[in-house]
Amino acid sequence: MADTIEISLTVNGQPRTGVAEPRRNLADFLRHTLGLTGTHVGCEHGVCGACTVLVDGASVRSCLMLAVQARGRSVETVEGLAADGAPLHPLQAALSEHHGLQCGYCTPGVLMTLLELQRELSGRPVDEAEVRHALAGNLCRCTGYQGMVDAALAVLNAPAGGATPETR
Amino acid sequence: MTLAERPAGVGISVPRLEDDALVRGKGRFLDDITLPGLLHAAFLRSPEAHGHIRSIDVAEAEALPGVHRVLRYEDLRPLLTMDRIPVAMPSGALKFDVDPFVLARDEVCHVGEPIALILAESRHVAEDAAELIMVDIDPLPAVVDPRDGLAPDAPQARLDCPDNLVARTSAAYGDIDAAFADAPVRFAERFHLHKGGGNSIEPRGVVARWDPMEERLTVWNSTQMPHRAKRLLVTTLGLTERQVRVVPPDVGGGFGPKFVFHPEELAIAAAAKLTGLPVKWAEDRYESFIATVQERDQFWSMEVAADADGRLRGLRGTLVHDHGAYTPYGVALPYNSATNLLGPYVLPAYALDISLCLTNKVPTTPTRGAGRPQGTFIMERILDLIAERLGLARDEVRRRNLIAAERLPFRTGLKTRDGGEMTYDSGDYAECQRRALAAADWNGFPERRAAARREGRFLGIGLANYVEGTGRGPFESASVTIGPSGEVVVTTGACGQGQGTVTMLAQLTGAALGIAPAKVRVIAGDTDASPLGLGAFASRQAVTAGSAVHLAAGKVRDKILAVASDWLEVAAEDLELIDGRVSLRGAPEVGRSIADIAAALSGSPGFSLPKGAEPGLSAAADFQPDAITYCNGTHVAEAEVDPFTGVVRLTRYVVVHDCGRLINPRMVDGQIIGGVVHGIGSALYEWMRYDATGQPLTCTYSDYLLATADVVPRVEVHHMESPTPLNPLGVKGAGESGTIAAPAVVASAVEDALRPLGVAIRDLPMTPDRLVRLARQARAAA
Amino acid sequence: MKAANFAYHAPTTRQELFALLAELDDARMIAGGQSLVPMMNFRLAAPENLVDLNTVGGLDGIEVAGDRLVIGAMTRQRAAERSATVARVCPLLVETLGRVGVQQIRNRGTVGGSIAHFDPTAELPVAAVALDAEVVLESLRGARRMPVADFGSDYLTTEIEPDEVLTAVEVPLWPEGHGAAFDEVTRRGDSYAIVSVAALVLLDAAGRVARLSVAIGGLTHAPARLAVDAMVGAAPEGEALAALAETARALPADGDGLMAAEDKQHLAATLTERVVRRAGERARRSTGG
Ligand SMILES: Cc1cc2nc3c(=O)[nH]c(=O)nc-3n(C[C@H](O)[C@H](O)[C@H](O)COP(=O)(O)OP(=O)(O)OC[C@H]3O[C@@H](n4cnc5c(N)ncnc54)[C@H](O)[C@@H]3O)c2cc1C
Ligand code: FES
Ligand code: FES
Repeated sequence: MADTIEISLTVNGQPRTGVAEPRRNLADFLRHTLGLTGTHVGCEHGVCGACTVLVDGASVRSCLMLAVQARGRSVETVEGLAADGAPLHPLQAALSEHHGLQCGYCTPGVLMTLLELQRELSGRPVDEAEVRHALAGNLCRCTGYQGMVDAALAVLNAPAGGATPETR
Repeated sequence: MTLAERPAGVGISVPRLEDDALVRGKGRFLDDITLPGLLHAAFLRSPEAHGHIRSIDVAEAEALPGVHRVLRYEDLRPLLTMDRIPVAMPSGALKFDVDPFVLARDEVCHVGEPIALILAESRHVAEDAAELIMVDIDPLPAVVDPRDGLAPDAPQARLDCPDNLVARTSAAYGDIDAAFADAPVRFAERFHLHKGGGNSIEPRGVVARWDPMEERLTVWNSTQMPHRAKRLLVTTLGLTERQVRVVPPDVGGGFGPKFVFHPEELAIAAAAKLTGLPVKWAEDRYESFIATVQERDQFWSMEVAADADGRLRGLRGTLVHDHGAYTPYGVALPYNSATNLLGPYVLPAYALDISLCLTNKVPTTPTRGAGRPQGTFIMERILDLIAERLGLARDEVRRRNLIAAERLPFRTGLKTRDGGEMTYDSGDYAECQRRALAAADWNGFPERRAAARREGRFLGIGLANYVEGTGRGPFESASVTIGPSGEVVVTTGACGQGQGTVTMLAQLTGAALGIAPAKVRVIAGDTDASPLGLGAFASRQAVTAGSAVHLAAGKVRDKILAVASDWLEVAAEDLELIDGRVSLRGAPEVGRSIADIAAALSGSPGFSLPKGAEPGLSAAADFQPDAITYCNGTHVAEAEVDPFTGVVRLTRYVVVHDCGRLINPRMVDGQIIGGVVHGIGSALYEWMRYDATGQPLTCTYSDYLLATADVVPRVEVHHMESPTPLNPLGVKGAGESGTIAAPAVVASAVEDALRPLGVAIRDLPMTPDRLVRLARQARAAA
Repeated sequence: MKAANFAYHAPTTRQELFALLAELDDARMIAGGQSLVPMMNFRLAAPENLVDLNTVGGLDGIEVAGDRLVIGAMTRQRAAERSATVARVCPLLVETLGRVGVQQIRNRGTVGGSIAHFDPTAELPVAAVALDAEVVLESLRGARRMPVADFGSDYLTTEIEPDEVLTAVEVPLWPEGHGAAFDEVTRRGDSYAIVSVAALVLLDAAGRVARLSVAIGGLTHAPARLAVDAMVGAAPEGEALAALAETARALPADGDGLMAAEDKQHLAATLTERVVRRAGERARRSTGG
């Protein structure tokens, strides 16, 4: 068996440390080493997007990044969007309101993709085509995407000071 | 039943109770489950499409550090009561049932068939060990194309079956010869249809734990059918019903394949029992491409007879269906294709000869739509062809053939697969088409097309009508119980994979009992909570479980009213249930809490129950539909096709849908839109391909393409509500119907866009590769 | 789908990196991992040693050096796509990178990795060939340059030696006022190209082609350069353009299970005509003609 490596990183603002073989990818590390099972795994080859997390603010496939490569970095997962018991992040609330999820398996990845988009837009209005393009890397077999597109449009185009939240 | 008599709780888009946990990443899916001492499983799978296993040497694999055990067929067989897993559905048409083994015994019949099961401390190590197992397989000739498999000199797809024609059946009625004799319009066409796999984004998976103290097996299974899984585990492991519990955790999509009991489900349970340790197997995507059932290929050869005015006289032909290597689903899939072909049309005579050929591929069983999109595709293509031959508009040809509303209930002449008369119960098909054409501005299309042509773009429009038999029996069960705490618990054999089943049942229960849906706890699909049940298939749960819960909740309500009426000395009719209380209408202070009534009915030692009451504030109900209820709809789509590159872009998509009453309209819309997009995938992208030796070629999502957000149009959904008399809610199923017309309508639109080139669409999917080739062939022919 | 074990190496300097590659057997470099890790998860690749380029300092960066744009190998595709410098001096790369997978892939995938991987359906090598770009290959033995056009030797195989690192891509710049365009035919949205075409054009004052470069991907293992001399002096439209498209149709192509060679050639011809026309229109617009 290959040697294991101690991996320290920041997850949702908290310092975390775990020990893993270098072959363990970030998705498995988050899910099974750190117990953060909100990040899902649907293909392990980078296409489905269920495992999408933010690393240093950029959306990446956690199935295609080794956990050791996340040493010292800041990782954000779906669990970081709203604390337990706290109100939902507007993107989460909007997904539910617009029926942008059914089984919920793709949802964490969708949320992280939209969170990155929200930050990149920083208030600039967005049209449907752009939202659909941004979501092209998140496969959903249940919803036909329309609800999540509507949810994104509602949050991203909400008047400033309205429903648009300060992103964390 | 009229629309005015809408049952309580129906027609409201209650927010989904499932969502809060799911959007927080707090869902509990199969692979999220951990147990102390958990072993991780991987399977060694056949690399050959067909072969004879000479030997399996596991010594080196078992010696790898971290490996607990490697199991072969002979290691598991002693735990089992029989050689094969009796998964076959009753079907008279099958010549022989070909049930799978828990692990391959001596013959492998498709790439991906499980041969050995490795149990290790991690999935990584289990996969390391799989590479160390030495399997010696003598390759045998493989049957890949079912048409070749039916040839007289074809190799055997399975050595244990005398020939590859595993079933030959038919769908027929009317005088087909008379229909063809002197028919003014006669022509023949061939179609090659493909439909892909289920592709739930969460693959399959099982966690099993054997409790030696209680001698009890608990199986968490990402399944649509927990009760059926339990029954098969009881049978094959020789256990009693009390000893097996199957629980579906949150399930990340089903779409058909999770209906089927696969060998891994038994293998993992047996391994847990054998080792006494909990075992987890989480299917990976590669496994789901090679080992999870799919839908795949059909070859249709059809002859058409019609009158000079475009009215159908008769259809006859053959359907060759690629059945795969086992028979876990009888003939239902091609039979659905055959029966659904009829659509909402008057077809006086029909004769379809159906051959199911065993092939060396994963078995085929229904995925969302369940064979119906293929039947609908055939009929709708044929109607377009008639229109073209006669110079009629495509909508007019359909109008002439639609079953008039006043003829409903309408007996088609066919039998359903459970032997009943196939009878359409309610609907107004012509009105449905009319509304769809109006919503899509069908009449304004020629102008849009002309404007596009001036810019060098090729636009086309298409339409398709369909019906779908939903709400299949035999029954679904439910119970509603209120304890002294006031908590309302609903249990049912039905279970959700994203459809919102919990919300739908809580909504119906809450409405009957005057309680907020969020306060109703629904336990769906846990076999310990509901001794009987079926599960999710055939767009049935709103119909069957919805009706069962409606009936059970109604009985509980009656009990509450009876007790309260006695206590308060007022007539039951004067009472109402609001917010967990039963009280006098207009005088809320005169009343009691439902919890009080539940407490009274749960009894106190030595004290008698309220007058005339049965113990317990609880009721159970089973709903057995008398017959299948048919929903229907019309889809209209516009497509822009680049005739030079074969790239199709859908620019407009309108659905008018009639599934009777809508319990939760937003969730119904979600089902339809999701189904449409699945159907668009079938029409344009999804294609599971194999080479000539039976090796699968498309085992990644870069090769096997699902529809993505950027390539699908906004889907506009409109509803008609023709309540069915067949259940107390007046509802029909909606889970699959969006998929059914999508391939047909997209084909109609694509062909229409390419009409200037003379491209004819007969095959699915319509990939750029195919469209470029068709355009080239059309140019050469011109 | 779990990767096989490997020994992980995280060099921090170029020297360390080159030394590791010289000394280790069966070593594979990981850049963005967006092609390599899927292969490892499928166990189609199982290197004994994995050498991480991400920990090596100074392998990324975008700069204009004289008449060349130099892009460090480890520059993320997304960073290059969004770079103001690239947009200013080489819009073709921006347009091309925008078609590479989805943003989550480009956030991690690197410019060097895409060229090093040399997928026959990848977009970036096509633009690189049209641009006459060169790769810089470095090892303990020294550095050498090679045109991307000569880099591919067979399907997914390049001229790189096992101890060499692709450290940078150098792009000779086209003069201001040139027009460029990229387009592709995919089986769905922005998935891999079946056939793709990149073109750059410079027009003279009369709107005639002064200089043109066209590369076509997807026909064989490597992008093909189109012979364009006949277009020089002609306007990038009409009959001359149609004739150019026919030249594209005549390029060698390998058919596969999905598409016949002649249909790929048809796509090459169609796209060539469209892309060169678009590049010409852009050139005209940017020269105000
Ligand atoms: C879902 C998905 C969609 C994609 N879609 C597209 C697409 O449409 N078009 C497209 O072109 N690509 C696509 N890709 C691939 C992506 O662009 C990759 O990023 C790229 O092919 C490889 O770059 P990388 O940095 O990720 O390299 P890696 O995956 O890390 O490496 C790839 C190979 O190149 C070698 N290598 C990498 N860098 C160097 C170097 N500097 N020197 C020497 N050798 C090196 C590695 O050893 C390895 O063999 C897609 C990938 C995924 C997962
Ligand atoms: S699991 Fe990472 S993209 Fe699918
Ligand atoms: S909600 Fe089920 S996959 Fe998206």
